[in-house]
Amino acid sequence: MAGKPPKKRSLGFFGGFAVTLQQVAEPRVTTPYPAEKVAKPPRLHGRHVLNRYEDGMEKCIGCELCAAVCPADCIYVRGLDNPPDAPVSPGERYGFVYEINYLRCIHCDLCVEACPTEAITESKMFEFSFTNRSDAIYTKQELVVDDDGLPRHLPWEDWRPGEDEHTSGWMRATSPSGAVEYEGTEQWSGELGYGVRASEGGQSGKRNDVATGNISIRAVEGDKISRRFGGKVRGT
Amino acid sequence: MPDPLFAHGVDLGAVIVVVVKVIVAFSVLLVSVMLAIWFERKVISDMQNRVGPNRAGPYGILQTLADGIKLFFKEDLLPDQADRFVFKLAPYLALLPALLIFTIVPVGGVVTIAHHVVELQVADPAMGILFLLALSSVSVYGTMLAGWSSGSKYPLLGSIRASAQMISYEAAMGLVVAMVIIVTHSLSTRTIVDSQAASFLHWNIFRLGILPFPLFLVAVTAELNRPPFDLAEGEQELVGGFHTEYSSVRFAMFYLAEFMNTITMSAVMVTLFFGGPDGPGFHFLRWLWPIVWFAGKTVVFLYVYVWIRAALPRLRYDQLMGVGWKVLIPFSLGWLLVVAAFRVSTIWGLAVFAGSAVAASGLWQAIRVGQARREALEEGSLGWRAQTAADAHLRAVPEPDGGG
Repeated sequence: MAGKPPKKRSLGFFGGFAVTLQQVAEPRVTTPYPAEKVAKPPRLHGRHVLNRYEDGMEKCIGCELCAAVCPADCIYVRGLDNPPDAPVSPGERYGFVYEINYLRCIHCDLCVEACPTEAITESKMFEFSFTNRSDAIYTKQELVVDDDGLPRHLPWEDWRPGEDEHTSGWMRATSPSGAVEYEGTEQWSGELGYGVRASEGGQSGKRNDVATGNISIRAVEGDKISRRFGGKVRGT
Repeated sequence: MPDPLFAHGVDLGAVIVVVVKVIVAFSVLLVSVMLAIWFERKVISDMQNRVGPNRAGPYGILQTLADGIKLFFKEDLLPDQADRFVFKLAPYLALLPALLIFTIVPVGGVVTIAHHVVELQVADPAMGILFLLALSSVSVYGTMLAGWSSGSKYPLLGSIRASAQMISYEAAMGLVVAMVIIVTHSLSTRTIVDSQAASFLHWNIFRLGILPFPLFLVAVTAELNRPPFDLAEGEQELVGGFHTEYSSVRFAMFYLAEFMNTITMSAVMVTLFFGGPDGPGFHFLRWLWPIVWFAGKTVVFLYVYVWIRAALPRLRYDQLMGVGWKVLIPFSLGWLLVVAAFRVSTIWGLAVFAGSAVAASGLWQAIRVGQARREALEEGSLGWRAQTAADAHLRAVPEPDGGG
């Protein structure tokens, strides 16, 4: 970070008056929340989506690993054999019933890590307030992405344009399992509407912030504060 | 000088004028309290790098209205242990003085309406500024009785603090008011304002030599229980202070009284020291300019109050009493003597000034010596040196037996 740290001032009896008056001219960092939102971190844990392959097939194979690993016991899955003439997923079985109870879910993302086919990922949407208990239970109808690969917009969910993108940020970030040789390489299947998504560059520096939506909230918000008060996080 | 409105006796027109003045003053004061609370919250959020209320109305200007409506619909609790009558009486005792003090403040010049000479202030009694001192004493009762009648410990302690503080600072405030009376030869607020009207060098702040004004400002801030003297409602140690047990409309009345007092006292300061409605006027709308000047000056002081609140940390209780008794009262008393002596002759004035300076330095020295002695005494009884010496015998290990 460039620049010297802000100079420490000793406050005399009237020093407080000068400081408070200077604050009047300083820019505000407050975001007027319901009207505006701060950008969300790409790995934020919001509500889940059930992804589909690029050809429209569902990724879920009904293995119930997500339900098994869930510490809040909020996922209920029942698998069924694929009908041979019209298969729902590639392979033998598919998720016939898939329900997540959002009154119990703690958004730990263990289901995402357990999933062998990257079928369940978490979006960045957490601003939903249902008014009865049955709305809290999301079924396949709400969870599976639509024909464009976008999450379904439910009436009680507050979205802004762009917030429904990057639905698999956390999965893509954790996929290399910390192995350096896999850093920056895609090891996941394509998604309906997006194709194979770019990876986070990690520490190698091969990052593509626009493609991954990887922006530092601290940098964006910190730049609004003048350097005198310890702002300008980005090395400008 | 009596009110010129009643120069020809009391007729119907005069009565109508008085009623209209009362109604206008009351409603304007209530609306301005609403705006003052919003103003304070907005300004202090400016100074603390926040946004402040911004949801109700444009720039949150209706926030106070929303808060008021909320308070009116809340449950009105009456504690079991409370003295019911006094508990219900106290909010009115707090609110009424705030309303009444404003009646003697001249908000504008003198206009003639249908052959009636009307001073733009609700009342111009001959006792004038004494009314202010009397009513600010009454408002102590509101605070004191509220705390006492709540039947609870925190309010009681808060009210004891508040009333002690208000009574202490009233002395300094009264002395400064006495200085104003000495230079203007009148108790009437209208005459006080008129005597400052020639140019801004005639404002009392300059005529009295500037120093009394800061004394008055500090005394009034303490009198209003405003930060940094808001010890009556220290959240850390006293919860809400004297109005802890109050809720709903009764709490709203305390809150209203607090801010109404702030406005009223700003207006009083403008009246006593800054020429009231005095200021350059223009030929059109001749009656309007004094009112504009008065309002502008009052808003400046409201801003100053908020600024003080934002800038200064709270005083400890003993510091508060120390400032009141050891600084404000001696200073204002000395300055009162100097002002009075200058009225007699310049030589007397200079002599008394020199005498006061000597007395002040003597007092200062006495306070310092006293403080040093007390610290030495505390060091002697509680200091670690004395303590370890006194405890030496406890730590002495008994000699093991020689086994002879």
